[in-house]
Amino acid sequence: MMTDFDITSKTMDGMGPHGTNVGLLRVLGPAHVWALGVGIVLVGEYMGWNFAVGKGGAYAALIACWFAGLLYSCVAMIDSEVTSTVAAAGGQYTQAKHIVGPLMAFNVGLYLVFAYTMLEAANAITVGFLIDTVAVMSGHDGLDQRPFIVLAIMFLAWLNYRGVLATLTFSLVITAVAFSAIIILFLATSPVFGGDVLRHRELMTDLPYGWLGVLAAMHFGLWYYLGIEGTTQAAEEVRSPARALPFGTLAGIMTLLIAATLTWYVCVGLMPWEYLGQAGVPLFDAARLSGSTFLMVLLGIGTLFATLASANGCINDASRAWFAMGRDHYLPAWFGAVHPTYRTPYRSIIFLVPIALIFALGAPLDQVITFSILSGLLEYTFMPINVILFRRKWPLDTIKRGYEHPFHPLPAFVLLFLCGVAYFAVFLGYGTQLVAMIAFYVIVSLWFHFWRYRFVRRAAQFTMPWPRPQGY
Amino acid sequence: MAKYTPPVQGRVGQIIDVMVLLALTVGALYIPLWLKLAGSAHVADTPESPTWESLGQNPVMVEKWNQLGYSDPASAAEMITSRFDYSFSIGSLIVMIAIIIGYYAIMLRFSEKEYREVIAEKFNGD
Repeated sequence: MMTDFDITSKTMDGMGPHGTNVGLLRVLGPAHVWALGVGIVLVGEYMGWNFAVGKGGAYAALIACWFAGLLYSCVAMIDSEVTSTVAAAGGQYTQAKHIVGPLMAFNVGLYLVFAYTMLEAANAITVGFLIDTVAVMSGHDGLDQRPFIVLAIMFLAWLNYRGVLATLTFSLVITAVAFSAIIILFLATSPVFGGDVLRHRELMTDLPYGWLGVLAAMHFGLWYYLGIEGTTQAAEEVRSPARALPFGTLAGIMTLLIAATLTWYVCVGLMPWEYLGQAGVPLFDAARLSGSTFLMVLLGIGTLFATLASANGCINDASRAWFAMGRDHYLPAWFGAVHPTYRTPYRSIIFLVPIALIFALGAPLDQVITFSILSGLLEYTFMPINVILFRRKWPLDTIKRGYEHPFHPLPAFVLLFLCGVAYFAVFLGYGTQLVAMIAFYVIVSLWFHFWRYRFVRRAAQFTMPWPRPQGY
Repeated sequence: MAKYTPPVQGRVGQIIDVMVLLALTVGALYIPLWLKLAGSAHVADTPESPTWESLGQNPVMVEKWNQLGYSDPASAAEMITSRFDYSFSIGSLIVMIAIIIGYYAIMLRFSEKEYREVIAEKFNGD
């Protein structure tokens, strides 16, 4: 029997404050969802993806780009269905709580927080590196990057503290500028439009590590898209979740597939793969090598904007996940507070700032990115399990979905397989981080199950107006 | 099913829980970096007096290195010759697979136990 609530309805969508005295403000539209998703991820085209070139060579990075694109298309399809039904702050965390169970939810909440907080730290490192690069180019060697890293994180945390609409409108504008910069660079350098600076024939080489390198490149191939699933974090703050979330997420992945391919094409045609594979700001370097001052300035601004938009979205998403866990007492309830004036999860925003700073100031960029990727990878491994259980416990005729993804369970199995490939890719070269990360999650899982869970009300965790799951 | 009433956690207990989580985070993730136990394994076979030719660079590549600020082949030699070390043992691969599968298996098992309690308390009272 179908439930009385309908996620596509304007008046009976089953959304509510879920136990908070003051609910989050519902002001966002599809464009904000797109900006949140693409805004977080677009920085992946400006830095980090190129480490895939280092792990396997230029062609390996392109193959990884497309296979990672397939992985994220599965993520977006699955996520759109579940999120357009479980539309609440916390995104995949709230999904796990309703579909798999509390411990899984706790882990997913931590995946989200660490994936985004590490990405935020990586963005801040890049801001510092970019400013240092510009300083060196203008004859000022030895710039201390740390004040710029601290300033970037503190400013964005303040912006998030003040309100979600201003924050995501800010992201929308700077994401649009950063995306346009990539398109302009492509058009200006492409021979189709009269440019004559790309040298693919002379710069492209064979696979330096053979096909093993192609597998290894999947590790940083994820960086082209990592974070697109963050659109779900705004679920409780969009005006029409059933429409805005699938539309914003799927439009986002299409945008990124185009941007990733264009980025690869321009960069590998402008610099040797050995340099590209270790570059800190590859698109900015590409603009420098184009010989155009205008492009160099534009891509410099684009890099800065992309990192700020991404860090901005990361603070937004990580704090929502932390807030949602506090609200459910998975974490101390103190974090579950909403600011009485700005209606933002202000305590969670403030608390995560020092964690981001510790890693931004003390860890190398590739390591920080790897921690972010690993948390993301663990989350993507959860998604196939989640959607299979969702369809099994609540078949299509029991709950109205805002969006139903096609070909189920094929996307789930493809996603699971590609996650397996990505684990192997991380294992090649970064096995210690993989073990450290899993060890961390095993220990905190035991801590949660045997200690923390006693403070959690049982039935109150289940806030969706759904019928009893089948088989329980 | 009888409704479970959780104990109220005091302020000190909340602070301790946050400190434990912070310690676990920094301990598991940051200390391996700090002790240089983590990181990618690289090997480099850099010749003593490298030339662009010995480094396998063609004229276009040399031009790009120069534009990037590497006018001397020696300054770019390590970057060009550095390679990841992808050698691994089947044993370590099997251990990694077992760790990942074991982690998910334990988590799903504990989650299922907790989930049944949630559903029972939520729906049995209806």
